[in-house]
Amino acid sequence: MSEAPSRSSSLAEEPANGTTATSASSAPGAQAGWSSWWIDRLHLAEVLALARKKQVPIHPYAPFYYLGGMTLFFFAVQVATGILLMLYYRPSASEAFESVEFIMTEVRFGWLIRSLHSWSANLMVYFAFVHLFTAFFMKAYRPPREITWVSGSLLLFLVLAFGFSGYLLPWNQLAYFATKVGTEIAGEVPLIGDWLLRFLRGGSRVTGATLSRFYGWHVAILPALTTVLLVLHLVLVQVRGMSVPPRYERRQVRGMPFFPHFALRDLFGWTVALGVLGALAALFPWELGEKADPFAPAYPGIRPEWYFMFMFETLKLVPGGEIFGIGYGAIPILLFGVAGLALVLVPFLDRGVARHGRSPGFTAAGALAVVYITGMTAWGYRSWVPVAVVAATAALILVLGIAVDVDRELARSLGRLARRDRSSNERGTE
Amino acid sequence: MVPETESRSSLSRRRLVNRLMGGSFGALVAWILYPVLRFLEPVEVAEAATSQIEAGLTNDPELLAKGFKIVPFGNDPVIVVRAGEGDYRALSATCTHLDCIVEYRPDRGLIWCNCHNGQFDLSGQVVGGPPPRPLRPYRVHLVEGVPGGADTLVVEKV
Repeated sequence: MSEAPSRSSSLAEEPANGTTATSASSAPGAQAGWSSWWIDRLHLAEVLALARKKQVPIHPYAPFYYLGGMTLFFFAVQVATGILLMLYYRPSASEAFESVEFIMTEVRFGWLIRSLHSWSANLMVYFAFVHLFTAFFMKAYRPPREITWVSGSLLLFLVLAFGFSGYLLPWNQLAYFATKVGTEIAGEVPLIGDWLLRFLRGGSRVTGATLSRFYGWHVAILPALTTVLLVLHLVLVQVRGMSVPPRYERRQVRGMPFFPHFALRDLFGWTVALGVLGALAALFPWELGEKADPFAPAYPGIRPEWYFMFMFETLKLVPGGEIFGIGYGAIPILLFGVAGLALVLVPFLDRGVARHGRSPGFTAAGALAVVYITGMTAWGYRSWVPVAVVAATAALILVLGIAVDVDRELARSLGRLARRDRSSNERGTE
Repeated sequence: MVPETESRSSLSRRRLVNRLMGGSFGALVAWILYPVLRFLEPVEVAEAATSQIEAGLTNDPELLAKGFKIVPFGNDPVIVVRAGEGDYRALSATCTHLDCIVEYRPDRGLIWCNCHNGQFDLSGQVVGGPPPRPLRPYRVHLVEGVPGGADTLVVEKV
């Protein structure tokens, strides 16, 4: 009766019961020898024990658990396509634009690889934001997961830095002027502004030196920092387990085994994401525009990437002038700085949630931030699309939350059916 | 209600599903790998078809001092040697051994490769060292310039 345990564990609802569903059908002899050799040499026994034991809680907010994995998937696409682009890209003011043009027109599937890189970058940023806000509203930063939150929020800043530095690399007009404006804004920071501007630009103007510098950040410094923080973040997620929202924490929450049940659902999501990404890249290849010309006037519609839009729009609202020797323009920059710092330090600021499981003030602040970011982005583009995207995301999460309930009920009734089926079968054969 | 004979047949339902899953996974991997492998394939940059080039004047100081100079012939380097008064030779400057660029040694009257001591005579034939084949020869023409002035060297593919 080797069939029985594997059949029951293929229904999501049952706890793992110490059996793994993987070894069900394959011939055990030779493979077991091989795998035990690897397990021994790589010292994997503890890891496997953890993986076998690990449970992912099931509750209506469980779809949130896939958002981090989705961000990770787009990051993996970024690494793979980024390495490929490096084989042809040339980081100099005289060659950068031409080399991207060469990739787009001459290199086989070059248009696809570059478009994948651009689309995946935008989707990664979006999912990083959604992941952050869902974790925030779930209060996932409660003890003992403070460091998970801090590393995650720092990773969001790194993702934004990736976006800012990568935007310049094709060396086209749009990127050139957006970088001029972006670095100029950094120059308005009180006290260190001048130094910061020169540090970012590699001089007082945006030149080939800026391009080399941004390239270095984009392909070496930021990936190195990201690797360290990402490993920390993922190890903590594995060791600490998934956070359950306070409302469900006190009840008995059922779980599904991380491996293979949750991992396979992740894999399914990634397959769908890859399909969507491939379709977007193929149907809407990323534009290249015109080569940057420092002596051409900026044309209308110079704007940063959408994820900087809300800050850009805020700065546009501030009039010129100064108070106490600080430009008015510096005030929103300072406020955004404080907000960013507060975001990283949320687990240490929100002590109430650890004590009585509630912190409506922080929930309200988070909701306000979502409304502000969405509203300012929509205002910046004079378009309802940003609002629609956020609404669609919320609706999708809601539908998935309902689907979890349906899934659970379905699994339960299927389990009952299977048991009845089996027992009637056995009666029949006797 | 599966009859017992079928459930014991060689291709069980589970194995069929596993094979289909494995097959689709393989197709997915191929779907990803194909563009990547094609992307890695180098693009041949079309070379302008050149049949002859101008290689400077006969009174070129570099040519007079060293007895030779290397000129680009499309993407290929060509060595122009001043073997004597009015005696110019042109050969492919790429050593046939391992792709190094050769030079002319007036003291020995040889074309010599620094890398592995390959030696060629002025017609390009191997006279010593490891090179397996002779250097490809080019034809040199002298085109008269202003009267009393230097001539122009023109190198032509043979």
